[in-house]
Amino acid sequence: MRIPRTLIVGGLVVGAICLLAAIGPWIVPFEPDAFSVRERLLPPSAEHWFGTDEFGRDVFSRVLAGAHHSLLMGFGATALSLAIGVPLGMIAAFRRGWTEEVIMRGVDLMISIPPVLLGLLILAVTDPGLMKTMIAVGLVYVPIMTRVSRAVALGLLAEDFVEAARARGEGAFHILAREILPNAWPPLIVETALRITFAILLGSALSFLGLGPQPPDSEWGLMIAESRPFISEAPWIGLAPGLCLCLLLISVNIVGEGLRDLLDPRLRGRGHG
Amino acid sequence: MAGFLARRFLSVLFVLWAMTVLVFAIVHILPGSVAHMILGEFATDAAIVELEERLGLNQPLYLQYWHWFTGLLRGDFGQSLTMERPAAPLILEALGKSAILAGISIVLVAIVGISLGIHSATHVGTWSDRGLTLMQYFFIAVPEFFWCILVILFFAAWLGWLPATGYSPISEAGILGWARHLILPVSTLVLGLIAHISRLVRSSMLEAIESRYVLAARAKGLPERIVLRRHALPNALLPAITILAVDIGILIGGIVVVESVFAYPGLGRMLIYAIDNQDVPLMMGGMIVITTIYALANLAADILYAVLNPRIRVSGTAG
Repeated sequence: MRIPRTLIVGGLVVGAICLLAAIGPWIVPFEPDAFSVRERLLPPSAEHWFGTDEFGRDVFSRVLAGAHHSLLMGFGATALSLAIGVPLGMIAAFRRGWTEEVIMRGVDLMISIPPVLLGLLILAVTDPGLMKTMIAVGLVYVPIMTRVSRAVALGLLAEDFVEAARARGEGAFHILAREILPNAWPPLIVETALRITFAILLGSALSFLGLGPQPPDSEWGLMIAESRPFISEAPWIGLAPGLCLCLLLISVNIVGEGLRDLLDPRLRGRGHG
Repeated sequence: MAGFLARRFLSVLFVLWAMTVLVFAIVHILPGSVAHMILGEFATDAAIVELEERLGLNQPLYLQYWHWFTGLLRGDFGQSLTMERPAAPLILEALGKSAILAGISIVLVAIVGISLGIHSATHVGTWSDRGLTLMQYFFIAVPEFFWCILVILFFAAWLGWLPATGYSPISEAGILGWARHLILPVSTLVLGLIAHISRLVRSSMLEAIESRYVLAARAKGLPERIVLRRHALPNALLPAITILAVDIGILIGGIVVVESVFAYPGLGRMLIYAIDNQDVPLMMGGMIVITTIYALANLAADILYAVLNPRIRVSGTAG
């Protein structure tokens, strides 16, 4: 198994962004929330790499301090959808009958709401915040994870080693946790990796719409939304977080597709939605 | 075929009914009373009682649901709280505006996306195919709201060619003025979707070109053009239809974002307005209308798929 170069490059970029996000709050050159009236709307310079915003805050420091939001929303939300979706899918595949019927009809129902709308619906009635956006995005992708893990588990349940476990008289939990789960990882990892891009996209879009972290937080989607009144005067306020977001999305996407090509060559080049 | 249609139609009806329950439940059962949500946390008890009286919130939940649901069936979406007008006409008007955006976008995505995909698949390895592939990578990953910022920056702020925001009706501004307001929102909406569709068509077209039925058609001595058009293309387009249905969901999300950025008076912007101003009837009505359209679009895609793919008619389960 040769690891493709694009996967390595993408992985390095994602790793670098994660590292910067983790140590960001300690290495920022300026206090991210500190107002400075005399330094309003300064263009990028040696001192302020990404310029300053309408309150004189250093955009570079803000971008750095806000990086963890996008990562949390992407990885946290996907982890949540895995944590709920995988057990549901496995139970549906194992129990069949009405249990499966109830779970899968619920999934059908959730899938018939457009993702952004489901997120809006959940966030409309609660006070916005990072955790809530993350949970909303995670819930949006539960049905997809349930479908995928059910399909994977159905395939594995027909295998001989499961038959052997049943013959040994193993219980449902043992079969699912010890026999099915370890063998279900490759397709689940692929789906997860591809899902993270969408989770980051959806999370930042919801923040952009004002339903995520609130000011003075420096979530990237929120920063872009706040930069709108100054777009012709000081485009760097929005461009800096936007370009960072694009870099993150493209590299996460490259990693996802690279993993898919590596673990599941049959799906190579197929679109995903 | 009739059985398949009836089953699909019934399941759409069920989904729509369940949606009304879900929307109602999320709005009414989640912590925090609707009256508190509307009046804010510092409302007096008397004001809350008065508002609950006016909105019928003091009735049991099942009665409230019943009134709302039967109202929906009669086309009555209740009264908008912030605009003090019936919600239904407001929603309908906004829906018309959004339909313009969505309609133009879908047609563009289908035509441009499929043509680019076919071009790439028939020119594999050439510079145009490589260029398109590279661009697809980029366009799929860039968020719509950032595109909005970029196009406003270039075409409205720097070049000054197009208006950055707003909408003007044909009756006032003429066709040209109307179209000028649509160019930026529509192009923002379609970029990512065109990349998505063209990528899918490219790979499914490549798969079809390498198949045995295409080999057989070539062996018969058919001209390459006929082989591609009559044998490869119809098979390659089937998956595109399914993805086009998925993309309608993405398009709806995009419309919400694009309308709020471009201050375009459609349903997406109204929904964000309703959420920001806690206008519950407007919000619930908007949600129901959008999910209905999404469900119908998916139904249409399933039917189209079944019509084009004879195998599905026998087994009767699409998607």
